[in-house]
Amino acid sequence: MKRYSAFSLLRNALSHNRNWRPAWRNPEPKKSYDAIVVGGGGHGLATAYYLAKEHGISNVAVLEKGWIGGGNTGRNTTIVRSNYLWTEAALLYEKSMKLWEGLSQDLNYNVMFSQRGVYNLGHSPQDMRDIERRVNANRLNGIDAEVISVAELGKAIPYLNVSSSARYPVLGASLQRRGGVARHDAVAWGFARAADALGVDIIEQCEVTGMEIRGGKVTGVRTTRGPIASDRIGVVVAGHAGVLAKMAGLRLPIESHPLQAFVSEPIKPVLDTVVMSGAVHGYVSQSDKGELVIGSGIDAYNGYGQRGSFPVIEHAMQAIIELFPIFSRVRMLRLWGGIVDVAPDACPIVSKTPVEGLYFNCGWGTGGFKATPGSGWVFAHTMAHGEAHELNAPFSLERFSSGALVYEHGAAAVAH
Amino acid sequence: MLLITCPWCGPRAETEFSYGGEADIARPLDPDALSDAEWADYLFYRGNPRGPHREKWNHVHGCRRWFGVERDTVSYRIARSFMLSAGGPGADADAGPESGGDANTEQED
Ligand SMILES: Cc1cc2nc3c(=O)[nH]c(=O)nc-3n(C[C@H](O)[C@H](O)[C@H](O)COP(=O)(O)OP(=O)(O)OC[C@H]3O[C@@H](n4cnc5c(N)ncnc54)[C@H](O)[C@@H]3O)c2cc1C
Ligand SMILES: [Zn+2]
Repeated sequence: MKRYSAFSLLRNALSHNRNWRPAWRNPEPKKSYDAIVVGGGGHGLATAYYLAKEHGISNVAVLEKGWIGGGNTGRNTTIVRSNYLWTEAALLYEKSMKLWEGLSQDLNYNVMFSQRGVYNLGHSPQDMRDIERRVNANRLNGIDAEVISVAELGKAIPYLNVSSSARYPVLGASLQRRGGVARHDAVAWGFARAADALGVDIIEQCEVTGMEIRGGKVTGVRTTRGPIASDRIGVVVAGHAGVLAKMAGLRLPIESHPLQAFVSEPIKPVLDTVVMSGAVHGYVSQSDKGELVIGSGIDAYNGYGQRGSFPVIEHAMQAIIELFPIFSRVRMLRLWGGIVDVAPDACPIVSKTPVEGLYFNCGWGTGGFKATPGSGWVFAHTMAHGEAHELNAPFSLERFSSGALVYEHGAAAVAH
Repeated sequence: MLLITCPWCGPRAETEFSYGGEADIARPLDPDALSDAEWADYLFYRGNPRGPHREKWNHVHGCRRWFGVERDTVSYRIARSFMLSAGGPGADADAGPESGGDANTEQED
């Protein structure tokens, strides 16, 4: 891998940028691999990278049915934070946060991680009690968190409507200063390039269509580019987890829903942080290009269509205009949807399965972008050792029959 | 927006309804006799198919009654509405592609 640096920029500029190399190879699939990762989103690419980097398993293929990052990784609103209420979740997301903090250096790729802070607003006395509880829980887990008063909010975010005559007055907020946003495509590309450099084959336009299972053990996959053998297979396909599970004769406690997001026309810098509200249910930040990046809740019905219904869009806009009346005349430019894999307790499943050698990583639902490095890190450990790391042990499939759910719905304000 | 046909009230906008998830899940008659895994399957595990889906809807801002809808989870096209139990009016009320069609199917991915 040719390392990127200020010097390489200069050298390539002098040769009129004619000598840049593709960031990863485009190999033909081999007959077999030591490990296969199904799904070339951020989580799958991170899994392959950490398999090679941390566990010395580099004869690995990432199989992606479309193009890498074309799923939820390239469709999300890129909010990164680790202020989850329950210890199990907080430790997992905080592991990810620590990896984010060194990621651009580690990958030699600028993922544009910007720790501009994330505010979660409270609109009622009960919201504020929940915020105080969560902030205290975060601090006990070593995660930075603060309670912010309305007066401080009004100063920090001048255009936020903090008037007491608002329909849903803002009473305060939690703030995680280490939270922020990252460039979603760069995360996929950075992990792909770094994994490729360690020997991982990234195979796009390769859809897995079936699983080979003999005597309770997985032996390979069938794909649109022929059969590929491996006795260690990790499935990280987000909204399509149920489709892949069915190929292996399994069911999952997961349902797939549309989740939509929008960007506005680019405007001058107006918002230098991330604002989320669980009560009016919307969240907004401003991209480096100047677009407002806006998201909201899922469409309630099951859907694989990568699009949702208009009432949900309208609801998101109402929420944002409630918070920022100044945005009411901004035009929306683009709208899209992803397919999110929602678990009953809004927490991920990073787990072995009843089929030996077959692992699933799913259930990140509406909020897994922030977990991309951490998810790959624990999943690589799980696939390498055949056992969960202590950070993902609470997130096994067994929790649904043992009853040890990690109930983050609501607990972490908006689940993104 | 989905146009959903309530068997009692006819075609109405999606915003009048609330979604109740997968249909045809029968509550076990004797929960105590189930293993933890079987109970988990009843509570949490779902078919989550990519394609035709039989699901429950409640006409919450209308007659407040439950009924079933057969809808494709990729095209979102509604094939028909049906009664969850025998005996109501218009049992198996066929919505047909005209009345049950979804305006959203025009959109690109
Ligand atoms: C609109 C929206 C906003 C969001 N906002 C946030 C946010 O602000 N913060 C946050 O933390 N999270 C957010 N999320 C959630 C986040 O995007 C996801 O949890 C995360 O990106 C999932 O990453 P992934 O790599 O697991 O999935 P994906 O990126 O979806 O990757 C899965 C890949 O698997 C591939 N695949 C599927 N089936 C097959 C097959 N049969 N064979 C081969 N490949 C297959 C797909 O093509 C896809 O590329 C949001 C999601 C959406 C949709
Ligand atoms: Zn009705």
